[in-house]
Parts: sequence; structure tokens; C-alpha cells
Amino acid sequence: MSWFEKLVPSTIRTDGNNKKKGAVPEGLWTKCPNCNAILYNNELERNSSVCPKCNHHMRISARVRLALFLDEQGQEEIGQQIKPTDPLKFKDSKRYKDRISQAQKQTKESDALVVIKGKLKNKDIVAAAFDFSFMGGSMGSVVGERFVRGVNKSLEIGAPFIVFTASGGARMQESLFSLFQMAKTSAALTRLSEAGLPFISCMTDPTMGGVSASLAMLGDINVAEPNALIGFAGPRVIEQTVREKLPEGFQRSEFLQEHGAIDMIIDRREMRDKIAAMLAMLMASRMETKISPNVDEPIILAEAEPLPVVQD
Amino acid sequence: MDLKFLDFEQPIAELEAKIRELRRVEFDNDINISDALEQLENKSKLLTESIFAELSDWQISQLSRHPGRPYTLDYIDLMFTDFHELHGDRAYADDPAIVCGLARLEGQPVMIIGHQKGRDTKEKIYRNFGMPRPEGYRKALRVMKMAERFGLPIICLIDTPGAYPGIGAEERGQSEAIARNLFEMARLKTPIICTVIGEGGSGGALAIGVGDRLLMLEYSTYSVISPEGCASILWKSAEKSQLAAEAMGITSDRIREQGFLDEMVREPVGGAHRDFQTTAMHLREALLRHLEQLRNEPVEQLLAHRYQRIMNFGAYIEEPGK
Repeated sequence: MSWFEKLVPSTIRTDGNNKKKGAVPEGLWTKCPNCNAILYNNELERNSSVCPKCNHHMRISARVRLALFLDEQGQEEIGQQIKPTDPLKFKDSKRYKDRISQAQKQTKESDALVVIKGKLKNKDIVAAAFDFSFMGGSMGSVVGERFVRGVNKSLEIGAPFIVFTASGGARMQESLFSLFQMAKTSAALTRLSEAGLPFISCMTDPTMGGVSASLAMLGDINVAEPNALIGFAGPRVIEQTVREKLPEGFQRSEFLQEHGAIDMIIDRREMRDKIAAMLAMLMASRMETKISPNVDEPIILAEAEPLPVVQD
Repeated sequence: MDLKFLDFEQPIAELEAKIRELRRVEFDNDINISDALEQLENKSKLLTESIFAELSDWQISQLSRHPGRPYTLDYIDLMFTDFHELHGDRAYADDPAIVCGLARLEGQPVMIIGHQKGRDTKEKIYRNFGMPRPEGYRKALRVMKMAERFGLPIICLIDTPGAYPGIGAEERGQSEAIARNLFEMARLKTPIICTVIGEGGSGGALAIGVGDRLLMLEYSTYSVISPEGCASILWKSAEKSQLAAEAMGITSDRIREQGFLDEMVREPVGGAHRDFQTTAMHLREALLRHLEQLRNEPVEQLLAHRYQRIMNFGAYIEEPGK
């Protein structure tokens, strides 16, 4: 506090405490971080947490994401019994254990990935979503294992798999355990590919580092929400390395589409319709073989068309 | 202070300088001080042993990026014969930060893929300090698929600070290039042996690091982020790198404890940079042994084992049935 401010009577001082009173009251209104519009929460929720003024797609939790995407009926969570541990007894300014329990309290989630077997427009699907508010959506052993269980469930029921990513990358506190989740999730996806089941990767803001450089980029179809930050290295790291200002829109969804990394950008409010439409086509040939009769019976070529007998 | 030596190597450097000086005196003046020299040499050896017996994780991290350490091309020179370098990703460019090629190891043809750092300033820049761009990873994938087609085992030598964080690298899909390698390496129908020879820097290392075996040289490191990077994020200060190195457990010893390592390859006393020959001999012996084991495995079994190995990565608790 400067000498001048000290002279002002305390009743009319404008310090930090008073400023807070002017801010938006919690719970009722949200300020759009992009256009600063003050939005009524109920209205925002009805609009899938997309700003009605500027179309900014706000970050949403994994549960909200899956609730928006899946049919209400027939949901079953996968891998929730898998819980984090602290293999390295990692401690920086805080213990990793404490960081986990703090994140668990704040988010009501046990780790950063939620996987649900459910239905999309009445068709089976397994959907996974990262929770960015759980330690930056970072990928540790639990995220990797739940992802794999989700993939395995897809294989088991012959349904497509979709992931919504929102992550800063690997979870440093698990060091190599977390780095190797990149290999683990990518390897699991080879099985889906070989089984001919579609994998859709939907990248949301932000998708960086180890998550971007593994499961997120491996979709049969890669999609992104508008203006999501997606990349390998963080913009600050790149700026420090190349010592130049980064171009406008660098590492945003539109930039990625322009450079051929993603198939398309989908508005959150159209996500269900568009993904369902594409999946219906990708699954069409599978469905045909499923409903065609006698598929299990061996086809006897001789009966269908007798070979001509050559006589001399 | 000799810049070729790290700070904790300085006492060794000083003693060695003294020995060199005495040798010169002995030769120039035609006198015999071989007893004294022998004593000093013994002292130098003991000193090196005692310093290297209790290296901290941070010191090992510095050794793993020692400017005098042997790099991929040195190992190729010392361990392999008949090397033919293969260039380019067939799409955009050749990335000198990754070296690929055909060669023979004790007569057996193999495919070699390795990160390559530079020795002098000019070469360092040419090799981009061993930080690959997407085309480097795509070149690696191209030759890996070739190796699969022609039944050649793949030897990967890992030594990178990480994948290059640059504008062009992002534009050309650094993430996709790394991801694609992880995906394909998991199912490549030929044995893959990965060895960390220096610095195993995160995704940039892992992108040529998925396989049937993981070996590490004694003073190499492997981590999800550099100690400096980790310190600046979690401790908000790059000066806490020592703490970060210890917390993450990045040395071959610690990684063996974590259960990821198939073999730690011993380095000569004083580290690989003091004796390229011996280091290469140890590594060659280890590679041959693992190749022999993998060669006898039928492909189906090889792939099943690799898949299981990858699926076992991770530490979590599974709560009983719900």
C-alpha cells in the first residue's frame, strides 16, 4: 500500500476485497472468457455451454460431456473401480497423494478419464471423456487402463469407440508410468482397427503433449470442437525455442484442419447428429453381415454354380 | 576448468592433466619417474571409481547428455559392419536428427534406427541437437515397415532431448507422427530391441521406443519430461532440477526398480565417454543375446508377448467387484 492510499479513510478504500463485490455472483451467471458477455447459467447449460453471443465452446466436465453426447438410457460406467496410486512416492511442493485427493474432492471424480458404455441414437457405443479439471486432464496409469478397458468393451460388444480429449498431456508425477500410457493406449487401438470397429477421436480444448501424440491423433476420423488448442508442444515452449511470435490462430482447430491433421470441426450442439450419421455409415457393412441369414452356415460353391466339366 | 568435463569430473580432469604433464617431462628430459606416474594413475583410477560409486541422479542425468558421449553413428561404427544409411520420409524431407539404415551385426542383417546428436557446433545445428521433426519419425516408420517386409530385426538407439518443439514441426503434425509410430510399432511383425544410449526424452524418445526389449546404458536416463522442465512446472524454478531428477526416478537403476527394464548395460568406469570401445562391446554383446532369444520366437507369440508387455505398463489399484 502506498503512502497516499494509507491517507484515505478505510471506509472508502478500494482494495481487493471490495473489487470482489463487483464481480459476478457465483452460481447464477457466467462470464464468457472469450467475449466477456455475462450469461445466465441456465441458458448457457441449455446451449451445451456454448456462448450464444460469440459461439465460444467452454470447457466442460467429463460427466457433462458424456451426458450431452449419449442417450439418457442404458448407461453403464466402465473401469470406475480402477483408482490412482503413487508408485514413485512423488513429492514436489506437495505430495502427489495430496494432489490426487484434492483433485478428487474438487471434481468428485477419482481420476481424469470417465468411460461409459451407452447408446448413441439407440446404437451401442463406448464413450470416454477426459476431465480437464482433474489435474489438467493429465494421463497417468488410471487414465491409460480405463481407456484400454473401454476399448476392450468395444471389442467385446462390437461397438464403435469414441474419446473426447481435454488434457495437458502426460502426468509428470508418474514419470515413466505415465509416458508409457502413450504406448499402451495406442497399442490397444490397433485391436479396434484390426476388428474393423471405428474409433472416433474428438479433440476439445485443450489437447496437448502426450495425449495429442498418442490416442488423440489415431482416430479413423479425427474431429475437433471449434477453436480448441491442439498440439504437441505448448505455445510457450515453442516461443522460447524459436524466439518468434507465434502466428495468429496457431495450434487452433482451424489451423489443424488447414494443415490436414483433422477431418473436420464440429459444433458441440451438432456433435450427436454428425457422429451418429458417420458411424451409421462406417458400421453399415457390419450390420449387413449381422442380419444376413445363414451367415454361420458354410457356403458350398459347388451347389451355387457347378464347375463345367471339360471333356476331351 | 576443462569444459569437456562436468563439474564433478573436475578432480579427475586435474589429476589426468597432471599425469599428462609428467609424461611430457619424463619424455623431454629423458628421466625415469614411472613409479610416480604409476602411483598417480592408480590414484586417478581410484578417484574415478569413488566419484562414480556415489553419483546422484542429477549427476547421472548430466552424464547421459555428456558432450563427449558416444552417439548412434559411433555405435554403428564400432558394433556394425556394412552400414548403408537410408534417407528421407518419401514425403517431405530427410531429418538428420534420426539416422536409419541397413547393417550387419555379427553377420546378421538388421535395420538400425537411432537419434543422432552433433559433436561440434555446426553438426549440432545440422542434427538439430538430436531433436527430430515429424519427417524423422516418418522416415523411421518407413524403414521399420521395410524391415518387417524383409524379415529384419530392428535395433533402436534412443538419445534425444525430445521431439522438436517448432512451428513447422507442429504444422506438419508432430503429434500424429509420434502417435502413428506408437501404433505401428505395437504390431510390427519383426523383433524390436530398444536401447537408451543417452538421453531418453519423453515422447520424442518413445516414438522409436516401443518393442520387445528395453535396454539402458548404465548412465543413461529416460523420463516423461526433462528434470529442468519438470522443475520449472512443478517447483516453478529450473534450479530445482536436482530434486525433480530424483523425484521422477529417471536413472537406469530406478527404472529397473520400476520394472520397465530388461537389462542395464554396464559402462566402463568413468562413463561411456571415457571408453567408446568397451561400451560398444558391452552393448553389442547384450544386443546379440536378446536378438538370439527373439529370433526363436514365432511371430504370433512375439506379438502376443509384446502386446501383453505394453498392457502391463501402469500402476493403479483395482478395487474389488462392484
